[in-house]
Amino acid sequence: MSVLVYTESDQGTFKKGALEVASYAKAVADQLDTTVTAVSINAGDTSALGTYGVDKVLNVSNDALKAFNAKIYADVIRQAAEKENAQVVVVSSSADSKYLAPLLAVGLNAGYATNVIEAPSSTSPFTVKRNAFTNKAFEVSQINTDVKIVGVSSNAFGLVETGGNASAEDFSPAIAESSVTVESVDKATDKVTIADADIVVSGGRGLKGPENWGMVEELADVLGAATACSKPVSDLGWRPHSEHVGQTGKPVASNLYIAIGISGAIQHLAGVNASKVKVVINTDAEAPFFKAADYGVVGDAFTVVPKLIEKLKAFKAQQ
Amino acid sequence: MKILVCISHVPDTTSKINFTEDDTKFDTNGVQFVINPNDEFGLTRAMWFKEKQGAHLTVVNVGGPETEPTLRKALAIGADAAIRVNTVATDGFSVAKQLAKVVTDGGYDLVIAGRESIDYNGGMVPGMIAGLTDANFVNNCIGLEVDGTTATAIREIDGGKETVSTSLPLVIGGQKGLVDESDLRIPNMRGIMMARQKPLTVADPAEANQETSSVKFEKPAPKGAVKLVSEDNLDELINLLHNEAKVI
Repeated sequence: MSVLVYTESDQGTFKKGALEVASYAKAVADQLDTTVTAVSINAGDTSALGTYGVDKVLNVSNDALKAFNAKIYADVIRQAAEKENAQVVVVSSSADSKYLAPLLAVGLNAGYATNVIEAPSSTSPFTVKRNAFTNKAFEVSQINTDVKIVGVSSNAFGLVETGGNASAEDFSPAIAESSVTVESVDKATDKVTIADADIVVSGGRGLKGPENWGMVEELADVLGAATACSKPVSDLGWRPHSEHVGQTGKPVASNLYIAIGISGAIQHLAGVNASKVKVVINTDAEAPFFKAADYGVVGDAFTVVPKLIEKLKAFKAQQ
Repeated sequence: MKILVCISHVPDTTSKINFTEDDTKFDTNGVQFVINPNDEFGLTRAMWFKEKQGAHLTVVNVGGPETEPTLRKALAIGADAAIRVNTVATDGFSVAKQLAKVVTDGGYDLVIAGRESIDYNGGMVPGMIAGLTDANFVNNCIGLEVDGTTATAIREIDGGKETVSTSLPLVIGGQKGLVDESDLRIPNMRGIMMARQKPLTVADPAEANQETSSVKFEKPAPKGAVKLVSEDNLDELINLLHNEAKVI
């Protein structure tokens, strides 16, 4: 018996979400009085996982797994779960993990709870709290199957260092067949993604045009943040659809969300409300976002943002 | 091509979210129900296949009789037939099992479901249908073309998108981008009249376990008032974010 965690990597390096789900898996394993095994695919150096509570790493190295394929990856994780006799499997909320986990659930005949925000309140029955109603409520949910899959909401549990060491073991599962083939990938590799970001800087129609996004990007650079935008901005083609956050766009669950020139339509707020701290900068003091935000500046973004960038640069230089 | 579009019957985005029966049930009192937005993008793309490629389009929902107006709306938009699996939708896995049975019984080539519903946000039904019926699966799909039995799909990934080639039978987890928002259709009077004549079949549910069950709901604690900082005192904002919120 053990807790298995799928620690996702990109170009051989663990994603931040991988370390967070490792921390979560450790918390579950402590409750069940068992150990944590991680399965990682073409990850390179896996020593970092020990720091976050992993006892053993199953290393899968295979050129056939170079491109992500949900069906094949899910089948690798299924085999790892069966080998380890895993009672609980923990995955992140990345696009890839959310893609493969339902297939894994079918493969393991496991109940699957998504968007989980806390360690289980009980392991018998196995009870977790999750975001529901697009962040307008929490659902306390019970997983009834022998094997359970928990999808942890990004930035909900955080990183917990335990300072241990993980042993590593090569694992060579059978590789499944798939008729889904990646033909091309269009991805900005030098930018922080919204899914991985601690901080997201987001612009709305108040910025008046795509030519004014320089300051949004500069502010994001200073903070090491990802850039995002509201729905009208992506509909107008000012920014790519992949930056659209909100109910029908990407969900945001960052530690800090900075909204510039976004009024805060209910659909937008629904998509970003899982962020812990929200700052709004808007000329209109009546904008609905001020009711949802923790901190606000009533003012013109074109004067506030450049000033904020200068002050943040000075602040960062002091740190 | 036979297309099945899975329709979730969800509270409109602007609905007040409240719970009854000791916080164990969603309070439907005064709530307007709509087609789940992610499903509506899929339905609209399916209409394109129907009109341009002669596909036959069925919509399906798992739920009680109260969800039929939502299916009728999909028929009014243009679907050819509707199926309601007559059982209470309790959790994602059991809903996926009900839908997988419909897919197998009906021999559908293409199944389009929204990437997640805006109420329970499970996000697992499309993938589970694919797993249960051994079909190909593309999630977070923002573009889809079908030519004979081959398909090209665009998937939104973290930080960009990728193009994949695959084949039917195929399950899609759809979202905005499958069609533009401006392409979404409002049923017209003729469509509403025609929808009354279209078949809405009530199907008996398959046997299914409840892999997960809802225990209770909680609402977030009320949020404190926003702290306003003057634009002339942005050092204070940095100070608050650093020392109070501890996020920078």
